[in-house]
Amino acid sequence: MPDPGHGVSLEEQIDRWRSYLRRRQAIHSVDVAELEDHLREQVAVLVDAGLATDEAFLVAVKRMGDLDALSREFASEHSERLWKQLVVVPSNSGDPRARARTEAVVAFCLAVAAAVVIKVPALFGIQLDGDAGFYARNLSLFVLPLLTGYFVWNRRLGTGTILWLAVAFVAAGVFANVYPFGGDLDGYTEALTALHLPIALWLVVGIAYAGGRWRQVAGRMDFIRFSGELFIYYVLIALGGGVLTAFMAMIFRSIGIDVEPFFESWLLPCGAAGAVVVASWLVEAKQSVIENMAPVLTRLFTPLFAAVLVTFLGTLLWTGRGVGIERNVLIAFDLLLVLVLGLLLYSVSARDPQSPPGAFDVVQVVLVVSALLADAVALWAIAARITEFGFSPNRVAALGENVILLVNLAWSAVLYVRFLRGRGSFTGLERWQTAYLPVYAAWAAIVVIVFPPVFGYV
Amino acid sequence: MMEIGKDLIAASSTPIVLAILAEEDSYGYAILQRVRELSGGRMEWTDGMLYPVLHRLERLGHVEARWVVAESGRRRKYYRITSQGRSQLAEERRQWQAVDATLRGIWQALSVSVPVGHPALAAPRPEGA
Repeated sequence: MPDPGHGVSLEEQIDRWRSYLRRRQAIHSVDVAELEDHLREQVAVLVDAGLATDEAFLVAVKRMGDLDALSREFASEHSERLWKQLVVVPSNSGDPRARARTEAVVAFCLAVAAAVVIKVPALFGIQLDGDAGFYARNLSLFVLPLLTGYFVWNRRLGTGTILWLAVAFVAAGVFANVYPFGGDLDGYTEALTALHLPIALWLVVGIAYAGGRWRQVAGRMDFIRFSGELFIYYVLIALGGGVLTAFMAMIFRSIGIDVEPFFESWLLPCGAAGAVVVASWLVEAKQSVIENMAPVLTRLFTPLFAAVLVTFLGTLLWTGRGVGIERNVLIAFDLLLVLVLGLLLYSVSARDPQSPPGAFDVVQVVLVVSALLADAVALWAIAARITEFGFSPNRVAALGENVILLVNLAWSAVLYVRFLRGRGSFTGLERWQTAYLPVYAAWAAIVVIVFPPVFGYV
Repeated sequence: MMEIGKDLIAASSTPIVLAILAEEDSYGYAILQRVRELSGGRMEWTDGMLYPVLHRLERLGHVEARWVVAESGRRRKYYRITSQGRSQLAEERRQWQAVDATLRGIWQALSVSVPVGHPALAAPRPEGA
């Protein structure tokens, strides 16, 4: 309840009351407007009757009734509101509505722009099937600048920041295209560039996303949340797109038209590029509306992955089998660490730092520690024979990533155990994770910039 | 001041609101004022609770709402009874008259044997809305 202090104007009091009411999920802002009209009239009548404004406000608020009870009444009348609907253009009036509509229009235009941009090289005779290397290296450059543009517009970033973002993209464009790659993705370093450039540039997107808050833990944490939700939305949109395409192919086949060329050269690339912007906008528009999915999935899968890893280690010990050193074993363990890191990140992102350690935290530690042990076993096996295999660019990149992830998870485990034993706060873990974000981007940038010349563009 | 039970307030809110709107189009605050006036201050609704009732009537199609800019410059939501609302009101009225008639009958039978001791019991019954 807003407590009307002395010397606070009626408008301020009403503002506070309004924002208090707005936090109720079942009471929409139209209803707040209606109730506010009531409150104001009541205050005016009481003031006319001789009360001071703050007294009148108090009485009017009291007459309005207990807000919890009121909120319950609204909830039972509008039960659909508890199923947080995504209202793309909110039904409230005035400024926020116009703002939401502008955002939707801008996002849509940028999505169309991304879809167009990806076809621009075709105008210059660079075809998707003929120049796979060019497209693979530049894929992120077609989409991410537009996405960054959306955040630049949305967050009203200053020219200084915009300049730095632009420099980053230009530099990325230069390094992706200046090296004499084979151009058909046969070379290791070219494939590595294609894989790592998006990772490095994602940090640039993050800086734009966080706006001025990139230096704060909360700002980076929001970006982590955003990335997780974006991934989930993107997958959902891709699934929808798959269904659409399947139907399109089916019904056109029935009249003897093959849509596959259209699909391959238009629908898939344009749709995939545009969907990034659309998904980002959806995540932004709904962030307060729908429960975030990434933490929910983490809750489900953390215990399952922990069980699998513990069983794996147990079996390893029991049977005494060594880790088979195949070509891809390092990449497989890298992916395992990425996954565990993801599970850790998204449970950290959704956890209330104030709440005391619980059973889930123990499971989390078990997961991290068992992943570390499994990775250590694999690394040990590889280290013993690394000279035999030689240092190919792929292997060095994978090894570097493994070390980066290992360091992160090992220190996370230490922080987590400290937290469980009551010797540290949970925020320490949060801070560590957010502070570590630039490391991934830095390594990815090294792979893009340094690897090709060092390894002779193979 | 006499307290009317929550259940009775809830049950009577539909006919009362519909009847007030049948008089003329109105908005939340004015509807509450009219309720106070009609009941001589005996029916005290919690102000906020009127709005979920209005929204329910709107959803059921008994009333329709529109936003009007009042002379003060504020936007105000006005409610108007629909023809469906009028037939609902007629139906409610029949039911309340039946309840009222039943109660009158029993009060009369009682007052023959037991004198009315509490002023609350002698309070005017709701006019059959």
